[in-house]
Amino acid sequence: MSGASVLYDVPGPKAKARNRVYSVIGALAVLGLIAFAFLRLDAKGQLDPEVWRIFNYAGVRTSIRDGVLTTLQVFAVAAVLSLVLGLLLTVARLSDHKPIRWLATGFIELFRAVPLLITIYALWVILLTNRDALGLTGSQPQFWALVAGLTVYNGSVQAEVLRAGINAVPKGQKEAAYALGLSKTQVMTTVLLPQAVRAMLPTIISQLVVTLKDTSLGYIITFEELLYTARLMSTNIIVNGNDTYIPVIIVIGSIYVAMCLALSALATWIERRGRRARTGIRVGAAAEPVAAADAAESAEAPAGTKD
Amino acid sequence: MNVLLDYLPEFRDGFLGTLAITASAALLALVLGVLIAGFRVSPVPPLRAFGTAWVTVLRNTPLTLLFLVAFFVVPQILFQGASPYVLATLALGFYTSSFVCEAVRSGITTVPLGQAEAARSLGMSFPQTLRLVVLPQATRTVIPPLSSIIIALTKNSAIAGAFGYGELFNVSKLLNDRGYPIAWIFLWTALAYLVITFAVSGLFRLLERRLGVAR
Repeated sequence: MSGASVLYDVPGPKAKARNRVYSVIGALAVLGLIAFAFLRLDAKGQLDPEVWRIFNYAGVRTSIRDGVLTTLQVFAVAAVLSLVLGLLLTVARLSDHKPIRWLATGFIELFRAVPLLITIYALWVILLTNRDALGLTGSQPQFWALVAGLTVYNGSVQAEVLRAGINAVPKGQKEAAYALGLSKTQVMTTVLLPQAVRAMLPTIISQLVVTLKDTSLGYIITFEELLYTARLMSTNIIVNGNDTYIPVIIVIGSIYVAMCLALSALATWIERRGRRARTGIRVGAAAEPVAAADAAESAEAPAGTKD
Repeated sequence: MNVLLDYLPEFRDGFLGTLAITASAALLALVLGVLIAGFRVSPVPPLRAFGTAWVTVLRNTPLTLLFLVAFFVVPQILFQGASPYVLATLALGFYTSSFVCEAVRSGITTVPLGQAEAARSLGMSFPQTLRLVVLPQATRTVIPPLSSIIIALTKNSAIAGAFGYGELFNVSKLLNDRGYPIAWIFLWTALAYLVITFAVSGLFRLLERRLGVAR
């Protein structure tokens, strides 16, 4: 609690007693809120054992498992492709040739500014109308629209993150590399990029958390990932004359939160490791996954020189 | 090109719809976010735990899932008959509030220690210190991250269109159903979003200059 020191002193005996009273009141308020939620759920019959027994059925479990697997599959392909695209865009944006630089900048700015959902939707429509020409069957148009949308959006953001990392590499590194007679490509691939990736790794992984969360947009273009499966299950399974939105959403929500937390934990772990080894440029801060926002804007302050 | 001219009223309504949902969700997110940030830095452990849980859960849940909750669970449990506008505001506002909270909290930690100490030695209580001394100063550091949070909110509001609220995404879906080429629809919608996000970042730059003080 670093915030604590700004706002209040170490409490004395009187303040401690007062804080204890506040704690009790606060705890009661929070408990009251939880109790209220439970009462409402109970009143609607959502806490009945039958409602929760649906998770005992093999069919329900298999659909959840399949949903998780498709989500992870989209995430894996989109993550790899967006990192590759990000790398290419970074190099293009730092190119010495003006047209290439402009093209990359335009690409990045366009796809960062347009809502991801609209990009995915447009791609989906294009893929659907050209389905036969492209030889796509079944849910492949949805899959590739989702993957391509996630790739262009997150690739653009990752490119900005990487560029911030490259700018954070001390200038002397590049000068020394050129002085040794390395070519432009060699300077980029052996000196700048490795250090930039290392410094920005926590931010890159935080952006991957955003990618993972955004796979749920597949729901809107009817791709059968985890959320779509959840929706399908909750409308199809009727218990006591009710749909089963609440239990299904609680379970699916926990799965999403767990997956994202695991990825965030990886970012924090890498950050801590990077901070311990005091070589080269510093590793930037983890966390702040920057909404589905412009990771670049917060990454702009060179992470290597901060604090 | 024809799409825009033929369907100017629809585009205008969609544009206004996006503006309306962004504004109301931003308001809700700011109020909730500041409140939860207050919880997170308070000396009362249960409130702190509540704030942490709030941020952890909301930040790691896909927004689409929150929309699902707002549109299918909230009417069942809390109140029926709310309009898509209200429900979408709830989903967007709650989601964004966790990001606002973290921005405000990190803003609070940048206020020099001496400021709060001085406030305390003047005999100010905790709420007074927070309201009169710390928050006004924290506001200035918070403005740049807040700007990108609001821009993200603008873009996220597109999901509301998929749940039947009339905004830009909704309009582009409608026009696509009527058989207009998607490329043009995409370009015009993209342009509309660019206008909004540029306006937002311009507004925040203005605020930053107005509130900026040499420290």
